[in-house]
Amino acid sequence: MSFLDLKNVTKIYPNGTKAVHETSLSINEGEFMVFVGPSGCGKSTLLRMVAGLEDITEGDINLDGQLINEVDPSERDVAMVFQNYALYPHMNVYNNLAYGLKNRGIDKETIEQKVNDAAKLLQISDFLQRKPSMLSGGQRQRVAMGRAIVRNPKIFLFDEPLSNLDAKLRIQMRLEIKKLQQKVGVTSIFVTHDQVEAMTLADRLAVINDGIIEQLGTPIEIYNNPKSLFVAGFIGSPQMNFLDANLNNKTLSAENFEIKNIESDYNGEVTLGIRPEHLIETENGLINLKVELVEQLGSDNLVYGQIKNIKDFCYRSPGNQTIKKGDNLSLNIEENKYYIFDKSTGKRVN
Amino acid sequence: MTRLITSGFSHFILFIGILIMIVPVWMIFASSTHSGLTINTQGLQMFLGDSFYENYLRVLLYKGGFFKEITALKMFLNSFIMATGVAILSVITSLMAAYALVYFRTKYATLLFWMIFVTILVPLELRIFPTYSVMAELNLVNSYFGLIVPISASAIATLFFRQFYKTVPDELLESAKLDGANTWRFFIDFLLPLSKTMIVAMLIFMFVFGYNQYLWPLLVTSSEQYWTVVMGLKMMSGSIVHRFAFVMMSMVPPILIIIVLQKHFIKGVFQDK
Repeated sequence: MSFLDLKNVTKIYPNGTKAVHETSLSINEGEFMVFVGPSGCGKSTLLRMVAGLEDITEGDINLDGQLINEVDPSERDVAMVFQNYALYPHMNVYNNLAYGLKNRGIDKETIEQKVNDAAKLLQISDFLQRKPSMLSGGQRQRVAMGRAIVRNPKIFLFDEPLSNLDAKLRIQMRLEIKKLQQKVGVTSIFVTHDQVEAMTLADRLAVINDGIIEQLGTPIEIYNNPKSLFVAGFIGSPQMNFLDANLNNKTLSAENFEIKNIESDYNGEVTLGIRPEHLIETENGLINLKVELVEQLGSDNLVYGQIKNIKDFCYRSPGNQTIKKGDNLSLNIEENKYYIFDKSTGKRVN
Repeated sequence: MTRLITSGFSHFILFIGILIMIVPVWMIFASSTHSGLTINTQGLQMFLGDSFYENYLRVLLYKGGFFKEITALKMFLNSFIMATGVAILSVITSLMAAYALVYFRTKYATLLFWMIFVTILVPLELRIFPTYSVMAELNLVNSYFGLIVPISASAIATLFFRQFYKTVPDELLESAKLDGANTWRFFIDFLLPLSKTMIVAMLIFMFVFGYNQYLWPLLVTSSEQYWTVVMGLKMMSGSIVHRFAFVMMSMVPPILIIIVLQKHFIKGVFQDK
């Protein structure tokens, strides 16, 4: 049995809303698992059920070999970092860190040592006597993590902890969280709606939509091999391009081009997905793109344009190319780097 | 220039307001330091006289009342006990009532709250006879307990604490739970320190409320030993200067409480926010 085991976990709120549908998931000890999905998909609910802050309607949650469905949150030995940090405003940083330890009846010297160790690890030793209101966003974030680390819990739960930070700090904290987790080695679940965060942090990734895990795997697996239209659209930035197409006898016919010898026996209406970075400029390519807008990022350019009736088709070109509005580009798809989905179910068919 | 005129004008208005409020109080104070003869012959005084100690000492120590067994000093003590009791007890009950209403998963919490709230519409005077008969049955007439308890449940304080608790983010409770705090610890370690400012404000409010009670103490005490200051104001006999002195002294405790607690109040507001 793995470290954390979710078996057919379902959450139905008293008003009848079904937030999580029969979800099963296993997380190994020391693993960094990320739940990613749009807001309202049930990822936070799932996390809060692990924490014990939401009742479990159906199913079982096992942590470290123990069924914890009915175990009080304070007894579960889990630590959580909240989106708004939930620091205790009336206590200084030292007491914020020490509070959980005090409640467990640990003696003063041990507490002091643990708090000082955690503070050192997170570089907040200088602020121990300050109140949270006197700290910057990044420092508060560190204190929130310190509060989790100091207890040495079985599992860390992060509920979108970076979404209140500005972009630069977010990237920095992202790195620090990852480093810290590797250093401390505690099993972690991280909830986010930001797919870049998800990709960079995760050992394994669960893409959640409408209370269902759409796909589970390493970030690169999911990026290379999305199993559904939703996952394909959600993972990757800029977003994958989607075109309506028809698949008949292994031949795909889109708006104004065809691809032959497709490895699929599916016949019917499909959606063709192509990532902007999987396009290359060639002469007499499949796709003719009329450029409407270029976003220059320095390292590369995001070129948006029109293919016949399809608008906002995106192509990622190398940064040294100069492409202007009104240019006509001829593009090819890198070999086998396209994804075909059943239009009605969204399932991958190639 | 126009700004100078408008600000000058508003200061003038404020100054007039201050005069209207201060002058009568000052006149009572100034008059209370003269001899009764001066007041009777020359009317109210604007300037200090020389009988301050004489008048005030006499008022404090004079045994008044029908049986001549109550002094003003004792009345101040009674009022202080009553007001402090009401303040502390009503703050405690309101804190706890609000805690239960907001944090316990009571099905009809909102309904219960509104039932508590409508008691504001039922003043003490309306329920004074049933309340009295309950106190009489319990043998609590002529006791501090009888003075304090019936007016120590405050719907307004409950409302204030409830509204404040509702602004406390849920994550704080959840985080505390994960840190091993039970229901009681959350109340003691979190809500009490967080509502410190509001507790002080409510203490002031309820102290003044308790101090100003007239009808209830009048009804529930027949022994002069339990007379309060406000009752004394009515019952005081003697020279006009002594009454003035008594009025002046009766203002001291509430003012003192406000001044003492105001410091904490302001401190709380500026440090915690």
